[in-house]
Amino acid sequence: MSEVLSDQSPTTEQTPPGAREQTVVVDDVHLTYRVIGGARRGGAPAAFRRMLLREDAPGQRSVHAVRGVSLTAYRGEAIGLIGPNGSGKSTLLRAIAGLMAPSQGVVWTRGQASLLGVSAAMMGAMSGEQNIVLGCLAIGMTPAEIAAEYESICDFAGIGEFVHLPMNTYSSGMGARLRFAIAGARAPDILLIDEALATGDAQFRRRSEKRIRELREEAGTVFLVSHGLGIIRDTCTRAIWLEGGRIVLDGDANTVVDAYEAKHDRGARTATPTATKDRS
Amino acid sequence: MTLPDGSHPEAPAPGLQRAGARLPVDEYTRRLWHRRWFVAAYSSASNSVGYEGNFLGQAWQVLTPLLNIAVYYLIFGLLLKTSRGVPNYIAYLSVGVFLFAFCTSSLVSGSRAITGNLGLVRALQFPRAVLPMSTTLVALMRLIYSLMVLIPIVLISGEPLAWRWLELIPAIGLQALFCLGLAFVVARLGARVPDMAEILPFFSRMWMYVSGVMYSVQVFTRGQPGWVSRVMTLNPAYVYLQLGRHALLVGSPATAGNWLVAVAWAVGTLVMSYLYFWRGEEEYGNV
Repeated sequence: MSEVLSDQSPTTEQTPPGAREQTVVVDDVHLTYRVIGGARRGGAPAAFRRMLLREDAPGQRSVHAVRGVSLTAYRGEAIGLIGPNGSGKSTLLRAIAGLMAPSQGVVWTRGQASLLGVSAAMMGAMSGEQNIVLGCLAIGMTPAEIAAEYESICDFAGIGEFVHLPMNTYSSGMGARLRFAIAGARAPDILLIDEALATGDAQFRRRSEKRIRELREEAGTVFLVSHGLGIIRDTCTRAIWLEGGRIVLDGDANTVVDAYEAKHDRGARTATPTATKDRS
Repeated sequence: MTLPDGSHPEAPAPGLQRAGARLPVDEYTRRLWHRRWFVAAYSSASNSVGYEGNFLGQAWQVLTPLLNIAVYYLIFGLLLKTSRGVPNYIAYLSVGVFLFAFCTSSLVSGSRAITGNLGLVRALQFPRAVLPMSTTLVALMRLIYSLMVLIPIVLISGEPLAWRWLELIPAIGLQALFCLGLAFVVARLGARVPDMAEILPFFSRMWMYVSGVMYSVQVFTRGQPGWVSRVMTLNPAYVYLQLGRHALLVGSPATAGNWLVAVAWAVGTLVMSYLYFWRGEEEYGNV
């Protein structure tokens, strides 16, 4: 079945790999997080003993989230990253965006890779319109560009009069719509999406999937992290299955998703995407 | 990033750049300038959000220093009599407390500029110098609000309004540049060592006691060896306080030397610490 499906998928436009333009090259990348105050406990006396015994970096642990990933992405690809929680998907995206430095290896990009993650700049106590301005400034737009885009952002978010109310009065769906509308206002060279599609009602999801396709055409390359395997099948041309910080399988979206489903629960095929990680 | 052997790797194909590579300082500064509206908008947003959840809200911006002045006046002015040799002690103390609070808050909020905004740092690409600039701007806004209380205090305590008061603008401007420099340093330190947030309050209290906030350095150093006075009057906080008092109070002389020291501290600190902060640009996402 995967054979038939993959023949219909957009990846099969037969260009020789050498002729395609590389947009992202990830070369044997390792990423390590520093976690402070994680494991070691024991209160002040223990902390002092560690200091006296010169144990290195008291209270620090490191988490090896990505362990030697290599991949090359080309213009026109939409790549889905799938894998269980903690497999290093989001961390890998941060490295591609240049937000985290790899502890080993290099990430190369053509132009700027941007994470679709404007929520961090937004403030719940402020109104939707103030947050539109703040969010757009955060992604690097100028006041003139914001004035030009403001109406279309409001229309896309479709939250009506709520735009004048503080964001913490919004339902989670409305908040997600506004965030996506702001973040999608600008097409970066390489677009990185971390589970932005999983929220909102069906109508908004269709609209945002359409916007993703437009952004992919403008952007050239899209990476999408999602637990919604259906979304990966629908919007991606290629998928990469990560587990324990390593690549398990890299290839055509349907083939990889099929293999992933065969390994993990079969029920995921029909499951609707739920639980969004809200990183603010 | 550099490779472990210190070299920079070659791009696998022309046109590819290393993701997250630190920009040269001129290009970095240009991008920072491009983000000036974001600095302004983010600062005023975090300023207005900062006090929500309190009944009195932003009134605390002036209530806190007022309460401090009351406490210091009772303890230092009335009990310990450090007011000797100061003609208008209440105005002298008020100027000192308000201006010194600007240094303290720049220092403390600057140390949390990266760690307190990790969400932003891990989501969006922009010159990280935006963050200490924004925390310092919030501190400056609070100082400017507090002038609305300080100026009436100074007038009521009997100081005449004069053109000399306009000197407060360059004095605060220089102090702001100096405080921005401090924020750059502690932002990078605080990103690496989270314990900075515990150390800095001690440091700033010690600094306050040597800066002549609640006593006159001239009166204090009268019986001391000459180097004590020289060291104390080179202290940047003392110099900025002295310039502020010179602007607002009669009989608080400021020499050309004071202005020179003020400019030197502002420019020197800002340039050195900006470069120091820029050099750490690639490490802020891995905190």
